[in-house]
Amino acid sequence: MIAAHPQARPSAGPDLSTSWYEASARTRVRLLLDPSSFREIIGPEQREVSPHLRLFDLPEQFDDGIVVGTGRLDGKPVLVAAQEGRFMGGAFGEVHGAKLTGLLRAARDAASASVLILFDTGGVRLQEANAGELAIAEIMRAVIEARLAGVKVIGLIGGRSGCYGGGGLIAGCCSALVVSEQGRIAVSGPEVIETNRGVDEFDSRDRALVWRTMGGKHRRLAGGADVFVDDRVDAFRAAALDLIASSGSFGLHTLEAEQARLADRLRRFGACQDSLDIWAEEGVADAASVPGMPADQFIALADKVWRIPRDAR
Amino acid sequence: MTPDDVLDSLFPAGHDVRKEAGLLFGSAELPSGGKVLVVGVADRTPVGVDEAIRLSGHVLAAMNEEPSPILVIVDSDSQRMAKRDEMLGLNEFLSHLAKCLIFADLSGRPTIGILYGHSAAGAFLATALATRVLVGLPSADPVVMDLPSMSRVTKLPVEVLQEKAKSTPVFAPGLANLAQTGAVHLTWDVATPLSDQLEALLAAMPDSVDRRGALGKERGGRPKAMDVAERVRTLALQGL
Amino acid sequence: MEDLTLRHTTRERARGNRQMAIIGVVASGNLEVLTERVLPENECVVEIRTAAEGFGEVWAAVVADFVERHSPGGIRFAINDGGARPDTVSLRLAQAARLMESDQ
Repeated sequence: MIAAHPQARPSAGPDLSTSWYEASARTRVRLLLDPSSFREIIGPEQREVSPHLRLFDLPEQFDDGIVVGTGRLDGKPVLVAAQEGRFMGGAFGEVHGAKLTGLLRAARDAASASVLILFDTGGVRLQEANAGELAIAEIMRAVIEARLAGVKVIGLIGGRSGCYGGGGLIAGCCSALVVSEQGRIAVSGPEVIETNRGVDEFDSRDRALVWRTMGGKHRRLAGGADVFVDDRVDAFRAAALDLIASSGSFGLHTLEAEQARLADRLRRFGACQDSLDIWAEEGVADAASVPGMPADQFIALADKVWRIPRDAR
Repeated sequence: MTPDDVLDSLFPAGHDVRKEAGLLFGSAELPSGGKVLVVGVADRTPVGVDEAIRLSGHVLAAMNEEPSPILVIVDSDSQRMAKRDEMLGLNEFLSHLAKCLIFADLSGRPTIGILYGHSAAGAFLATALATRVLVGLPSADPVVMDLPSMSRVTKLPVEVLQEKAKSTPVFAPGLANLAQTGAVHLTWDVATPLSDQLEALLAAMPDSVDRRGALGKERGGRPKAMDVAERVRTLALQGL
Repeated sequence: MEDLTLRHTTRERARGNRQMAIIGVVASGNLEVLTERVLPENECVVEIRTAAEGFGEVWAAVVADFVERHSPGGIRFAINDGGARPDTVSLRLAQAARLMESDQ
């Protein structure tokens, strides 16, 4: 599906066509930004680990599962945070969350650089649940403060842990979101819905159902994400640049537009039984073909159906 | 405490707060003069897309009126766990509610959360945790992650988790833990009228800077968060 | 949890001038290796933190073999182990050593 780079290079390292899904947080950051521009803050050599995992006999990671720092995107300064979805499911712990909180407050104070948040998270880290939840609350507030200072905060979602729980709420505070097929955005995870409400409400093992309800294509079609991209680093990069340039300012007008947008969505689709009904209602001719549709075809279809207005969110 | 108990103790001179399908909407006059907007969730109602949109609409309507403090009174369940709500984009609805509250707070309408019952997870984030100051009443029972669910995921028996919870406030439910980690700023007592305590808080209202990291450090519940955030903020500014 | 520290003398210093590198992720069956060029040129230290207790001898053997093969003098290796098999540990150590010897 992803074409191999035509020029084979002696050092077989990843290049810009690399799968976003397969890449580590560090690789995503390195390839997303301008070459050699990334300067990590509180990197692994600082050993700023979780103070809470030992109580559960769990191993720590030196960066506590998130890479933060400064860099350049097409020459312009940006602040970047990338979650490592394979460490504790990319979940928010005390230190992990605090790194993102601090980054956003810097963005607010500088009021000059955009922020890129590379989400890959199941939500709050159980073993530090209260600290994780609080970090998310602080991050949400810091995102709004940064946006009020004119900063664009762009979320990129396409990793194996998706963007769940409190991560989904932070994503909803961003200026705009990029999502791929593999990306999922939701508050409750499929298993949690099934455990609490039963398998008839939601069969968490029905992958097609999960993706129809929470996955990247649905979010693009229903307006939960602004841009859908193929699972490639260069596609995420291009989308991030586009959204930084085109995202609007944030204020009361944004919130009023968002209230209208969400109320309208409820009105139009609130009685739909399944996402297939929503897509059909939006004018997609063959809704059942959407899940299997290749990325470029889907992107063209989605752009015909609608584009998210830049004044809301 | 019932919602009426809370409202009557907060506003002995009367209020126009009504309850509609588990949500609270209205306003009240303060003894010192001046109005306060009231919004909230009662009866342990789950917060889904239908609830969130009504709450955010009420907050936004106030933005066109004279600035006044906003009280967010909470006894909610978690977010509504349902296919329909997730399909319709629950994360956006909950975020929007939080955004409205945070924006109001930063625009001269200080927000005070009053947690008198339950709240959990996404509902907690969108309501009580989206305020400038969060007050807990003794009956408050906030839960980020309940122990039975945690037990299922970690494969550790609930008794083992309870034992571990004795040595740290960082994961287990409860008002004391949420206070120690810095989520709950202060606890009111119900022996004193809530109106007196509200008046005292309004008179000494802190500014809109988020102090929960400092509280968490002071109280020992989050020893690293404030310092790590501040270090990152400083280094990032230097790096730009 | 178990903490192990393994010290070796080496024939040579690790080539190159790179000061720090990080490899891997702390996930099930995986590990992260942080390397820092902070020791005297004929010394190598490997610090391991692992939840799997009682495998000291296996770690010692894997590390001894690695040091013999790569002679990473001057490097301190710090490992957070997510329950990796010995061959994965060897792979990551080798990747880490190669990264330290690379040009950046």
